[in-house]
Amino acid sequence: MSRATTRQARPPAALAAAGLAVVGLLTLPLVYLVLRAVTGDAWDVLVSGNLARLIWETGVLVALVTASALAVGVPLAWLVVRTDLPGSALWGTAAALPLVVPSYVAALVLLAAFGPRGLLQRILEPLGVERVPEIYGLPGAWLALTLSTYPFVFLLAASALRSLDPALEDAARGLGRSPFDAFRRVTLPVLRPSLGAGALLVALYVLSDFGAVSLMQYDSLTRAIFLQYRSLFDRTPAAVLALVLVVLTGLVLVLELRMRGRALARYQRTGTGAARRSTRVALGRWRWPALAFSSLAVGFALVVPVAVLVYWAAGRSEAVDWSWRPVVGSVGVSLAAAAVAVLATLPVAVLAVRYPSGWTTALERLSYAGNALPGIVIALALVFFAANYATPIYQTTALLVFAYVVRFFPQALAGSHSALVRVSPRLEEAARGLGRSPSAVFARVTAPLVAPGLLAGGALVFLSTMKELPATLLLRPIGFETLATEVWKYTSVASYSRAALPALVLIVVSAPIVYLLGVRSGSETGPPG
Amino acid sequence: MKSWVLLVSVAFALAGCGGGDTGSGDGKLTIYSGREEALVAPLIEQFEEASGVDAEVRYGESAELAATIAEEGDNTPADVFFAQDPGSLGAVESEGLLAELPEDVLERVGERYRDSDGRWVGTSGRVRVIAYNTDEVPEQEVPESVFELTEPKWKGKVGIAPTNGSFQAFVTAMRLTAGEDKTRMWLEAMKANGAKLYEKNTPILEAVAAGEIQLGLVNHYYLSLVKEESPEAPIANSYLSSNDPGALVSVAGAAILDASEDQDTAREFVDYLLSEEGQRFYAEEADESEYPLIEGVKAKEGLPPLEEIQGPDVELGQFGPELEKTLELLNEVGLTT
Repeated sequence: MSRATTRQARPPAALAAAGLAVVGLLTLPLVYLVLRAVTGDAWDVLVSGNLARLIWETGVLVALVTASALAVGVPLAWLVVRTDLPGSALWGTAAALPLVVPSYVAALVLLAAFGPRGLLQRILEPLGVERVPEIYGLPGAWLALTLSTYPFVFLLAASALRSLDPALEDAARGLGRSPFDAFRRVTLPVLRPSLGAGALLVALYVLSDFGAVSLMQYDSLTRAIFLQYRSLFDRTPAAVLALVLVVLTGLVLVLELRMRGRALARYQRTGTGAARRSTRVALGRWRWPALAFSSLAVGFALVVPVAVLVYWAAGRSEAVDWSWRPVVGSVGVSLAAAAVAVLATLPVAVLAVRYPSGWTTALERLSYAGNALPGIVIALALVFFAANYATPIYQTTALLVFAYVVRFFPQALAGSHSALVRVSPRLEEAARGLGRSPSAVFARVTAPLVAPGLLAGGALVFLSTMKELPATLLLRPIGFETLATEVWKYTSVASYSRAALPALVLIVVSAPIVYLLGVRSGSETGPPG
Repeated sequence: MKSWVLLVSVAFALAGCGGGDTGSGDGKLTIYSGREEALVAPLIEQFEEASGVDAEVRYGESAELAATIAEEGDNTPADVFFAQDPGSLGAVESEGLLAELPEDVLERVGERYRDSDGRWVGTSGRVRVIAYNTDEVPEQEVPESVFELTEPKWKGKVGIAPTNGSFQAFVTAMRLTAGEDKTRMWLEAMKANGAKLYEKNTPILEAVAAGEIQLGLVNHYYLSLVKEESPEAPIANSYLSSNDPGALVSVAGAAILDASEDQDTAREFVDYLLSEEGQRFYAEEADESEYPLIEGVKAKEGLPPLEEIQGPDVELGQFGPELEKTLELLNEVGLTT
């Protein structure tokens, strides 16, 4: 078995060193938390009766949102990539865009639309509807977070579907299976690594989110952490609670690892697929339900927020100050963060996929550790290290980009990892056998095969960075503005009419980039025929 | 791969455009402001014009900036910390990072509105009030004491923000004046009376304006923000009777960092905030209507004078160690969770 031989191979020293260096830097927030937790005395927050309940409520939310994000993201990805859904490029872009809507804004908008005495109720009032269902608490948090996170699943599943060897599905069809049966029996198992990675990102996002749970009044661990910072100004109990979050992350990571399919080698493809186009499934009479489903998801996640934002913006009579600086700032740091993050994932992903062993898997898992931490914790950790041990880069754009990479590394890794898994090492071995150097093999053979996955990972990091706020506020150079800080500037004084414009620009500016990164890169699958 | 390299360089070039420089002692004044940019940027501009000093401002949330300064320690680039609440200032003070302020600056505001050790000073005042929906509740029916809010009449109609610092400061004041037991009973009664919980002041006001609730316990100056956004909103402030613990007067304030290499410029800024010109900003220029704190500068039209409000007899500078007990109490009653 080729898997057995690759397992025994030892990774090149340079690769191992690069992987270790990357993950070492990523664990800075953990080091910081341990430092804070041991230098103070706050372990008593662990024995308070609330903790068990907080963990339970957090767990419930994580499970529900992950399940619903999969239920929305997977069918959407399949419809966009593998069927003749009308306007699939448009749907593909629109379905990924909710990722740039900060969850705080998403929750605010949902409250404005569906809250008590919200827009919906005012529309329904003449029809005799006195009260819309309660949105505060679990329903609101669940809805807001599902809408903010399903694009993780969607983007990763779509990229996996694009680089899927069409022969598999065609063979199943040839054996007389219906398209849906072929999807369930053949495609879905191949998607498992990508779905696992997507679900993981969703779970980590929910663990770390503060914006939606605070506005929706849902009690989760992050709210408890913020309460320590905001009410008691105490970093020690906050650090202890954040470590609890890290433990929960560990559980989620182990769970994901166990649920991952074991027999991955079966699904590795041997060609790029460029030579052979896959045909799209004709939806036929299923076209309308498919369109309805896509409209519903994109409607809630994108059209409702945009409509409410436009409504707010239109309510402003005075002119709004407009400057391109936040746009340039946002796009600049987000592209930089996406590129650096994708490059940084390569050694880690190659180690974990090509040289699977205890330590390479552990290394990869460790790189996720910080992702479930609220942004403020990561920001303070980097403030601490940079202000005291790396003063020249403190409050520079370089450190800011580094902070984004630390926060969103797993998103890029999800793309790189699931892409690499689908490339057979035998192909690389063949190229090596023809006398190519390892780097030449990577550039000529591996890179084209993994490009859609890398781009998908990069797109995730780009979109997350576009909306990032806590680390941006604390680490940006003074005077550096992004669209997210502009939105914050105005929501903090309840001026939604002024906040609406930068929020809309955030969505509009991201759209072409999502299209380029996410949709166009899959064009080789092409339309039917 | 080449396109990636190009993309990265373009991105960094773009990112670099917005860059500024950092560090203190370069003749520039670095301010960490937990006060909102939309509110205080004009004031800081006034100062720059009056003094010729170049001020660089890092805006953020007060508590987060306090934690940031604590992490930076002696390496902080900040010269001045301009904060939303005494709690954030007290947190930095307890890390031993604040310099003493000159006596003549401190003395311009009443003792209640500054740190007893002279390391931070209040720069503007805000009063806890009851915001009410003017369509649903006639002005004379709005309670004059927070203790009336537990009556059945208000069941499910009052909004509070127990996780918010300003509500917690008010509960601290209640504990210090009315006593621990009475405060606990009041909190329990509020909960039993179906008080609705919100994240902070502005969502309460929006809920009151929308008729989702009828009354809300908030700081007075958020009303002008909501009115600016929607002038038609059926909402107004009602002031509590002067000795009611609910009528707490709190402050936003400023402090100078001990590590600042530019103490003189920092002092110049704090001095300006408490000068007649700086204080008149709140009375005349500001969008929101906070109270000026020095004598001789009157508050905006329509605000009851600060002397009339009085509020509970407590010193804001003493709140620090009390906050933890307040939070514990809120926790036990089950309002913060």
